[in-house]
Amino acid sequence: MSASSSHEASSRFIDAIVVGASAGGVAALSEILTNLPVSFAIPVIVVLHVPSDRPSHLPDIFRHRVGMRVSEAQDKEPISSSTLYFAPAGYHLSIENDRSFSLSGEAPVSYSRPSIDVLMTSAADAYGANLAGILLTGANFDGAAGLAIIKEHGGLTIVQDPDQAEMSTMPAAAIAMQRPDLILPLEDIHALLAQMKTN
Amino acid sequence: MSHSTDIEIRLLMEAIYAQYSHDFRHYSGASQKRRVLYALQHFGCDTISSLQSKVLHDPATFQQLLDILTIPFTEMFRDPTFFLAVRHHVVPVLKTYPSLKVWVAGCSTGEEVYSLAILLKEEGLLERTMIYATDINPASLEKAKQGIFPLDRLQLFTANYQAAGGKAAFSDYYTAAYNAVRFDRTLSENMTFADHSLATDNVFSETHFICCRNVLIYFDRGLQDRAFGLCHESLCHRGFLGLSTKESLDFSSYADRFEPVVKQERLFRKR
Repeated sequence: MSASSSHEASSRFIDAIVVGASAGGVAALSEILTNLPVSFAIPVIVVLHVPSDRPSHLPDIFRHRVGMRVSEAQDKEPISSSTLYFAPAGYHLSIENDRSFSLSGEAPVSYSRPSIDVLMTSAADAYGANLAGILLTGANFDGAAGLAIIKEHGGLTIVQDPDQAEMSTMPAAAIAMQRPDLILPLEDIHALLAQMKTN
Repeated sequence: MSHSTDIEIRLLMEAIYAQYSHDFRHYSGASQKRRVLYALQHFGCDTISSLQSKVLHDPATFQQLLDILTIPFTEMFRDPTFFLAVRHHVVPVLKTYPSLKVWVAGCSTGEEVYSLAILLKEEGLLERTMIYATDINPASLEKAKQGIFPLDRLQLFTANYQAAGGKAAFSDYYTAAYNAVRFDRTLSENMTFADHSLATDNVFSETHFICCRNVLIYFDRGLQDRAFGLCHESLCHRGFLGLSTKESLDFSSYADRFEPVVKQERLFRKR
């Protein structure tokens, strides 16, 4: 569904949303996730690049900003609705076909561990067409390949408009690799999420 | 395409098990798939079936594949706060035993084995401790046995050692030559390295403390339970189990057979 509209996109059934972001990601992620309707129940799984040599405080930061449950994804944990999950620092986060998490210490991908590509590729296997992938601001190329795989599996792909991103490299790289379904500013991604349907 | 890939991976793991008795059939799917797809590139195979044929007929290819399927993810005193917690919460109890057995399950290339030996030495326990270090990869075990690590890792290891409450100068424990360091032979006198699989083998000894870090994340839930079962069976009354800081007993059927000692560090004690 290339050249699709936000309206078409919001009529699809989405069972999980995977989000990748790097430099500038905390603010961008806040903007799309703050003030979602109370009824918003789709699990949101995020890889946000942070230094791996100290504990990640992302769950604490977001717990006060969003209405959903917020936690760090744990190995073998089944994915629950209405929950925002963050990949722990220093590990790749994958989604298994039974829709639970697994962690791994394989070498960094695109200099990153956790890697957005790893999360998105495994999520595409697990959720197929019922997955939405969102790539936000960042200064590297992680996520472009993963987003392309989500699209191959029939999932919905959304990239932040590079012209409005704090760092345009990452969204621009994704757009260059494969045209996503939607290229949107943050407020429109937020509006789309607010209308998204789930099974 | 994706579905047939999953079938081919399952067949490859069945073939490896039948031919070499290495059981990867119950590993976590997502990371195993990445490893197999990487192996295709590495061996220049177009399909998983052609890789399977190569592996079945050539043990040397299998050894290379084993190196790809087992993921070395270790450093000396990795997560220093874990070792600090071992010093503060495990060592005082270990000191009450006249002789000790410690098991490093899935020891990979041995970094953690030597870390524990140093810690035990500084606590005056090494002489009365037998350390069992086990892994499924013979090449890794051979490296571990030698106690030789690349020089370029030493800066990280030294910083970790200091953060882990090290009591001496880290350089006291090794001699440097060329681009590597060799750890002191006195550290390895009571180490036994052995081929042991958490997937297929049984308990071989009663132990007081088991370290099994960054191993179980590669197992599916069923295999994790088997491994937790082995640990539970091997540990003596009130023995200790150390996992890595991102591993959890919460989703295992053994969750209530262990109690947390330091929850943050995933240090547990048999109930």
